[in-house]
Amino acid sequence: MQYETVIGLETHAQFHTRSKMFCGCKTDFGAPPNTQTCPVCQGLPGTLPVVNRTAVELGLRAALALRCHIAPVTQFDRKNYFYPDLPKNYQVSQNYHNLGVDGRLEIEVDGQTRKVGIWNVHLEEDAGKLEHPEDTGANYTAIDLNRAGTPLLEIVSAPDMRSADEANAYMNELAAILRHLGISDCKMQEGSLRFEAGISVRAVGGEEFGNRVEVKNLNSMSAVVKAIEHERHRQVAVLESGGTVPSQTMLWDVQREVTEPMRSKEEAKDYRYFPEPDLVPIEISPEWLDQVREQMSELPAVRRKRFIAELDLPPYDAGVIVEQKPIADYFEQTVEQGVEPKTAANWMMGEVMRVLNERQCEIDDLPVSPPMLAELIGLVTDDRISNSVGKTVFSEMCSSGKKAGEIVEEKGLAQISDSGELEAVVKQVLADHPDAVADLESGKQQAKGFLIGQIMRATRGKANPKLAGELIDRLTGD
Amino acid sequence: MPELIELSAGDLHRKLMAGDVTARQIVERYLDRIEQIDGRVGAFNTVTAEAALDKAADIDDRLDKGEAVGPLAGVPIALKDNLCTRGVPTTCSSRILEHFVPPYDATVVERLQRADAVLIGKTNLDEFAMGSTTEASAFATTANPWDLSRVPGGSSGGSAAAVAAGLAPLALGSDTGGSIRQPAAFCGVTGLKPTYGRVSRYGLIAYASSLDQIGTFSRDPRDAALLLEVIAGHDPRDSTSAQEPVPDYSAELEKDVAGVKVGLPREYLAEGIAPDVEAAVRAAADTCRGLGAEVIDISLPHTEYAVATYYIIGTAEASSNLARFDGIHYGRRAAGKMDVDELYSRSRSEGLGDEVKRRIMLGTFALSAGYYDAYYLKALKVRRLIKKDFDDALAGVDCILAPVAPTVAYKQGEMIDDPLALYLADIYTSATNLAGLPAIAFNAGTGEGGLPVGVQLMGRPFEESGLLRLAHAFREATDHHLARPNLTED
Repeated sequence: MQYETVIGLETHAQFHTRSKMFCGCKTDFGAPPNTQTCPVCQGLPGTLPVVNRTAVELGLRAALALRCHIAPVTQFDRKNYFYPDLPKNYQVSQNYHNLGVDGRLEIEVDGQTRKVGIWNVHLEEDAGKLEHPEDTGANYTAIDLNRAGTPLLEIVSAPDMRSADEANAYMNELAAILRHLGISDCKMQEGSLRFEAGISVRAVGGEEFGNRVEVKNLNSMSAVVKAIEHERHRQVAVLESGGTVPSQTMLWDVQREVTEPMRSKEEAKDYRYFPEPDLVPIEISPEWLDQVREQMSELPAVRRKRFIAELDLPPYDAGVIVEQKPIADYFEQTVEQGVEPKTAANWMMGEVMRVLNERQCEIDDLPVSPPMLAELIGLVTDDRISNSVGKTVFSEMCSSGKKAGEIVEEKGLAQISDSGELEAVVKQVLADHPDAVADLESGKQQAKGFLIGQIMRATRGKANPKLAGELIDRLTGD
Repeated sequence: MPELIELSAGDLHRKLMAGDVTARQIVERYLDRIEQIDGRVGAFNTVTAEAALDKAADIDDRLDKGEAVGPLAGVPIALKDNLCTRGVPTTCSSRILEHFVPPYDATVVERLQRADAVLIGKTNLDEFAMGSTTEASAFATTANPWDLSRVPGGSSGGSAAAVAAGLAPLALGSDTGGSIRQPAAFCGVTGLKPTYGRVSRYGLIAYASSLDQIGTFSRDPRDAALLLEVIAGHDPRDSTSAQEPVPDYSAELEKDVAGVKVGLPREYLAEGIAPDVEAAVRAAADTCRGLGAEVIDISLPHTEYAVATYYIIGTAEASSNLARFDGIHYGRRAAGKMDVDELYSRSRSEGLGDEVKRRIMLGTFALSAGYYDAYYLKALKVRRLIKKDFDDALAGVDCILAPVAPTVAYKQGEMIDDPLALYLADIYTSATNLAGLPAIAFNAGTGEGGLPVGVQLMGRPFEESGLLRLAHAFREATDHHLARPNLTED
């Protein structure tokens, strides 16, 4: 029998706000334990929450970008459960009057566009973290409440995805939107973007959904993809052997790359949601929504289309560049300096991303501004320096913050485009490699590449390769 | 000079400002009286003698230098022990918070400090403000100063008893279903429950967030006005606190009451009310007429549902509010090594009393899957109907005169095994909290056993002024306030 996988995703994104959801504490990642806490986020008795208006506005941006119906009045609810990382033993979340409902996100897979329904977008507070000591004999667990109360956006999709590829496209598109709109930095390694997947299988063309397995502890997009594949195989095997898949909650084991059932005790939960009486309902006026709309930048899908249509970028390039807003902004600013878009795109996807990867930093951390990159690209396109020297110069710019022209000048890296100057070098290389010359003269063209390489080496990359080729042709009397 | 403990808060402050007395003399006199009498009354969980004397010294010092002092300078005040005080134990009269010392002050405490009131101690209550006799305290039983074999009412029984016994001229309490007004009535003092949102709840350890409101105890309405002026007003730390401006309650108090329309709800004078209480209410209505007020028969048709509605909403919120007392982050933790679920279970079993457990279980049930609509959601709907009863009635009258409790103060132990009977006795007070309205309870005579009988006036939201004015006029026209409990110092 042919099976199809049915996938819904719950996404938690930490907001990119300076302060927490219900108090003024900072939300910086990696601070020493319990240094970013106050009586409110510690859940001390008598304290009360106050809503972070910025978080509500960022949530509205997400709800608008995901084409949701916006609640005219939104309200917080309490989700009650006991866990030591949750100091009040209830989480302030939304259940009855979500910020946005009934939205959609368009994704593209294999050139096909699909709509994924968004059931709701809502606000909540994050929990703290339990730190289990490395010493396995230790008889304690430490609690760090720095993260407790960090604003979270939860986005619940409909079970509209049918493959791991579609889930992957959904996650990437969602992350691009959240980054573009300044809602979340979506740093999965810091836990600012987390997923839970609802996965079931059914016979292709079936009307009823299969029993749903909820997979938690998915800390990367690749984990989601692997978990979907794993669950698909596991569930199909159960059905093929005549069994039924139980509805249950599973945990993804990152090391072993398998799903494991959660203890049933942890699973059976009645959260006893009820309206949070310490907070008043929030009215979302049309005027407020208009203000939020005005603050929203172009959505990634729109931007990609514009790059393809107006800048003539290949769809692949547009996809890579638009994935991260700072990269896309940087690219556009470089193009504004007069650089040909495809050339700028090549630089962004090549050298710029390589350096960012190497240094594990953000583009805003580089001392190289878009006009500085444009100047460098200009030197290469004008044949003032070779492409390979250009790469060296870029690395140097990233280290020293100096301008390309300055570096080329200081280090004497300008391309040798003077045939007289280069001719002496070419003659010397030909004299040193008579075998290669003979090969070339007998028609082996790859020998020419070797000789150009030797010329580049002798000139430390400064030779104009086109001119060097011409000189070889002339001097070997080909 | 009259006895310091006989003076109102306002008079104490005026004497201090006139240089007739020092803050130190006032505070020492009160500390001495607490020393002499509180062994019998048991109003206080903690007496903050040292901090009170330091504060008095600071006030005297500033007065000597000619510096400004606040409007309550030199006036001792007792705080219900569910109001957070930085550095001073705040126990809610519960084992689970027995050694809890908050790192912060409640907003009302900050405001009192700024007004230069002198915090003299923390008073006993029914554990987590759940109860109406103060017998549900985990620590001690507070006695009614009028008859030490009787309860002071509750849950703010310690605050009411402290003011009645002359251990403090002012006290703060909290009222969720009558917890200020009922003990005020039982102890023959003035208890004001302001409009929901009038006073910040920040730092009040919550019982039921949508019903809790901090209010005042005093010997008379004039002192209530003085104290309310200090504690009322918007607080950015409490989203449910109102942006309404705070009137000059003391000035408003003096205005004429002639022509005021007073509603007398027939449902509050029906079955179940003791004859002495009914007589006091009717006599109070006559006094109001004598003052030029018009007394009008009104109806609050959903009154009979108030208690059930209150206990569903109140306990539902409480079940969530009290979840944080788990032995993990602060407060009492069960001894020994065990897994976290057992630690929760044992810490809470050992740390919480029977009445608190009863209400947590009731509230948990009301919010459970399958019961939410039938109980909690239904209660929210009835709450709206009850609110509408008051809106309709208060469109035709300025305020409502009613009994506070069906009887005078109970004997200690009399009601302890009958929680349901105690719940039902909240009939005249709990609807006010459901509607979020202000109400003031005050002494209106003597009932069975020579015990005080209180009545209450309820009013429109944020119209505390009108209630204070009529209560003040009532006091001026009667002499119930002259009676004192017979407590001789050793």
